[in-house]
Amino acid sequence: MNNIFTNNIKTIEYDALIIGGGGSGMRASLELAKSGLNTAVVSKVFPTRSHTVSAQGGITCAIASADPNDDWRWHMYDTVKGADFIGDQDAIEYLCSEGPKAVFELEHMGLPFSRFENGRIYQRPFGGQSKDFGKGGQASRTCAAADRTGHALLHTLYQNNVKEGTNFLNEWFAVDLVKNSKDEITGVIAFSIENGEVAYLKAQATVLATGGAGRIYASTTNALINTGDGLAMTLRAGLPAQDMEMWQFHPTGIYGAGSLVTEGCRGEGGYLINGDGERFMERYAPNVKDLAGRDVVARSMVLEILEGRGCGENKDHIFLKLDHLGADVLNSKLPGICELSRTFAHVDPIFEPIPVVPTCHYMMGGTPTNVSGQAFTRIYNEDKLIPGLFSAGEAACVSVHGANRLGGNSLLDLIVFGRATGQHIQNELKSGGGVDPATRSDIDNSLERLNKLNESTHGHDTADVKRELQECMQNYFGVFRRGEFMEKGLEQLNELREKVGNLYLKDKSDAFNTSRVEAIELQNLFEVAEATAISAYQRTESRGAHARDDYPDRDDENWLCHSIYDPVSKEVSKREVNFKPKEVEAFPPKVRSY
Amino acid sequence: MFENKLEVSLYRYNPEEDKFPYMKKYSIDKPSKDIMVLDLLNLLKEDDQSISYRRSCREGVCGSDGMNINGKNGLACITPLSSVLKKNKIELRPLPGLPVIRDLVVDMSEFYAQYEKIKPFLQNETTAPEQERLQSPEDRDKLDGLYECILCACCSTSCPSFWWNPDKFVGPAALLQAYRFLADSRDLKTSQRLEDLSDPFSVYRCHGIMNCVNVCPKGLNPNKAIGEIKSMLHKNKKDIIASDIN
Repeated sequence: MNNIFTNNIKTIEYDALIIGGGGSGMRASLELAKSGLNTAVVSKVFPTRSHTVSAQGGITCAIASADPNDDWRWHMYDTVKGADFIGDQDAIEYLCSEGPKAVFELEHMGLPFSRFENGRIYQRPFGGQSKDFGKGGQASRTCAAADRTGHALLHTLYQNNVKEGTNFLNEWFAVDLVKNSKDEITGVIAFSIENGEVAYLKAQATVLATGGAGRIYASTTNALINTGDGLAMTLRAGLPAQDMEMWQFHPTGIYGAGSLVTEGCRGEGGYLINGDGERFMERYAPNVKDLAGRDVVARSMVLEILEGRGCGENKDHIFLKLDHLGADVLNSKLPGICELSRTFAHVDPIFEPIPVVPTCHYMMGGTPTNVSGQAFTRIYNEDKLIPGLFSAGEAACVSVHGANRLGGNSLLDLIVFGRATGQHIQNELKSGGGVDPATRSDIDNSLERLNKLNESTHGHDTADVKRELQECMQNYFGVFRRGEFMEKGLEQLNELREKVGNLYLKDKSDAFNTSRVEAIELQNLFEVAEATAISAYQRTESRGAHARDDYPDRDDENWLCHSIYDPVSKEVSKREVNFKPKEVEAFPPKVRSY
Repeated sequence: MFENKLEVSLYRYNPEEDKFPYMKKYSIDKPSKDIMVLDLLNLLKEDDQSISYRRSCREGVCGSDGMNINGKNGLACITPLSSVLKKNKIELRPLPGLPVIRDLVVDMSEFYAQYEKIKPFLQNETTAPEQERLQSPEDRDKLDGLYECILCACCSTSCPSFWWNPDKFVGPAALLQAYRFLADSRDLKTSQRLEDLSDPFSVYRCHGIMNCVNVCPKGLNPNKAIGEIKSMLHKNKKDIIASDIN
C-alpha cells in the first residue's frame, strides 16, 4: 500500500458501479450489463459467497401457483400489516405487483425451483400470510427451491452475469464514498484484498448493495461478512439512515451457534414447544399460532424463557418440533435444515426437536431510497435526491418492511428493487444524466480513514473492541429494550467511538491482509450500531420489532412515521409514511393481531 | 504434549516476507466443548492477526473456507475438531494444487475458469412464456444432487487428474455443473454442450479415482455425474454415426 501515502492512486472509470455481489447487486448488474453500459460489481468476496446464499425458505410472491386465485393485493395487505403500518405503501405496491414478473424471470434464467405435480413452481406457507386481506385463512405464497432458495437464486444470478459478461472486481473492498463539491457521489475508494492496490473507482452511478450488518450483535444468523459496509460509508459521508431501530430477531436461530432454521419448518407443520412441552404459541396468537409475524413469535419465546418455561438445563431456549412430519417430508422439503441441525445442534430433527432461540436476523432500516433505488437525504424536512447514489436490498430502506419484515419478502425485495435500480440507471445515463468529476482533494478526503489505519503505530485491538461492541448491542438493544438500559448502552458506545477510531493495524502487508479488512469492518459496524442505538432510544413506543417495556404500546399519534437518523448532529427526526399507493386504496392502520 | 493442549500445525506463507512456505506450530488450550476448525482458526487469529484465510457464512453454504485438514479437503466451518484431531494434533494446509496467495488462501482463477468454460447457465432461446416454464417434479428431481454445489473446490483440488491438467481437464466441480444443465429439461443446448466436452481431456481425463466423492462437504457425487456425461457422449457419438450411415 506504499503508493497511497502520496495519494497517487490510479483511477478506473465505469458508467455504473455496484458495491456488493449479493442478490440485489447482481440483479442490478445483470440489468446494466445487458444494456451495454460499462458496469462493474465490486465484491469483498467471490459473489457466490455473499449472504444471500444462506436464505433458505423462499421468495414470497403472488404467482398464483399454489392458489390460482391468489392476488398480489393480498400480499400487499399482509406486508403492510406485517410492517406494523410504517412501510411505504407505494413501495409495497410496487414490490407485490412487479414481483411475479421478477420471479418468472428468475425461473427463465434457470433457477431450479421445486415443483407441484402440474409443473408449476412450488409454494409453501410462511408466517403472516393470508388470503383475501386477512379474511380467507392461511395462504401458501412462498416460492421455494427446497430449503436452499437463496443459494439457488444467488448462483442463478451469478451464472447469468457470467453469460452477459459483467465485470467483477472480486475480493476488492470499498472503503469510502467520493463526494464532489456539489455533494454528488462520484464513486468509491477501494482496494484489492489480494494485492493491496488502492484505486479510485469512478462512476456516474454508484449502487450500494452491501446487505445487512447483523454482526453488530453477538448472536446473529448473519454471515461474518455482514458488517454494513455501504451504510457506514453513507453515514460517514454525512448522509442519513432511516428506521435504524428496526432489527428483526428471527425466532429460530440454532441455540449456541446462531445458524438460521427457516420459518419454512413451521410452514411445513413444525411448531415450537416450551420446557413443559406446551405448544405455547396457541396462547399468544390463537388464530395462526406459530405462523404469526416474526416479531410476535420472537417476543413470545423470550417471555416463555423469562417466565421460567424455557427448555434445557438452564431453561434458556425453546424447542422446534419437527419429528411428527416424518422422514420423507423432512428429507425432501427441508434437507438443508436436517444437515445444519445435525452439524450445529447435534440433533437429528427426524427424531428430536431442535434447540432454538430468537437471533438477530435482518436490518429493516437502511439508506432511504425511492422505488427506483435513488438515495435521498433530508433538507428542511423534505426528501432531496443525492445525485449519483443508489441503494438496494437490505442496505436500503425503500421502505417495504417497515417495522417488521415478513418471511420470504427479503429475496423479493432484492430482485424487484435490484432490477428497478438497474433499469432506472440505464435510462438516466442513456438520457445524458451523470455527475461532475471529483477533485484531487475530494479524493484525498475519502482516503483519510484508510491512510490513518495504515499509518497506525499503536492503538486498540480489533478483536477486543469488536467483542465489546457486540456485547453492548446484545445487552442493551436486543429483543426487549428499556430507556434506562439503553442509556447505559449509549454511554458505552460513546467510549467505544474513541477506540474504534484508534485501532492498531499491526500487520501492514499488502498480500491478502484480512486484518486490515476486519479493522475497517469494525469501524463500519460501529457506525451502524450507533445509528441503531440512538434511533432505538428516541422512538418512545413499541412497534413491530422495536419492543420497549417502558413504552409497551404502539403510539400512532406520535410515531406512525419513519425515523431519520442524522449522523452529523446525531439527532433523530421524523418522516411521513407513504399512504398513497397508485392502484389500490391505502390500507389504514389498525390493531395488529394474529 | 499435555492432554489439555492442542498442537496446531499451520501452513504459513506471506509472499512479501517469506522466500518459502513453512509449517508453524501453535499450542492452544483445548476448548471445553467441541468446536469447528474455523472457530479454532478464529481463536488463533485473535492472537496472531497475520494469519490469513477466507470465511463468510460459517455454516457450510458459501464455500469460502475449503482447506486441507489433516490431509483431507473439507470446509473448516462444518468440520468439528473431534472428527479430525489425531493425538491432539491438527495440520491445516491450503487446498492442494492451486497457487498459494497467502497462508490458507489459494488463487482460484483456474478453478473458476473451468466453471465458466462449461457455460454454467440455462440456454433456451425459445420465447419465454408469460409465466414460468413448466417442469414436472420428476424432471426437477433430476437436478437434486447437482445444483447444490457451493464451488468450494474441495473436489477438484483433491483430484490428481485436475492437478496434472488444470487447464484442460474441466474437473469434478465444473463437470457436476455441466451435467446439472445437461440434466435440466428446460435446457435446449444438449448436443452443443456434449460437443464442447467431447475432446480427450475435458471429461475423459477422469479416471474414476473418486477422491471428489470422498471429500465433497455437501455429500454430492461428481463421479456419478461424470459417468452420466460419458454415457451421453457415447450415445451422442453413436447417434451421429448412425445418422451419417443413414
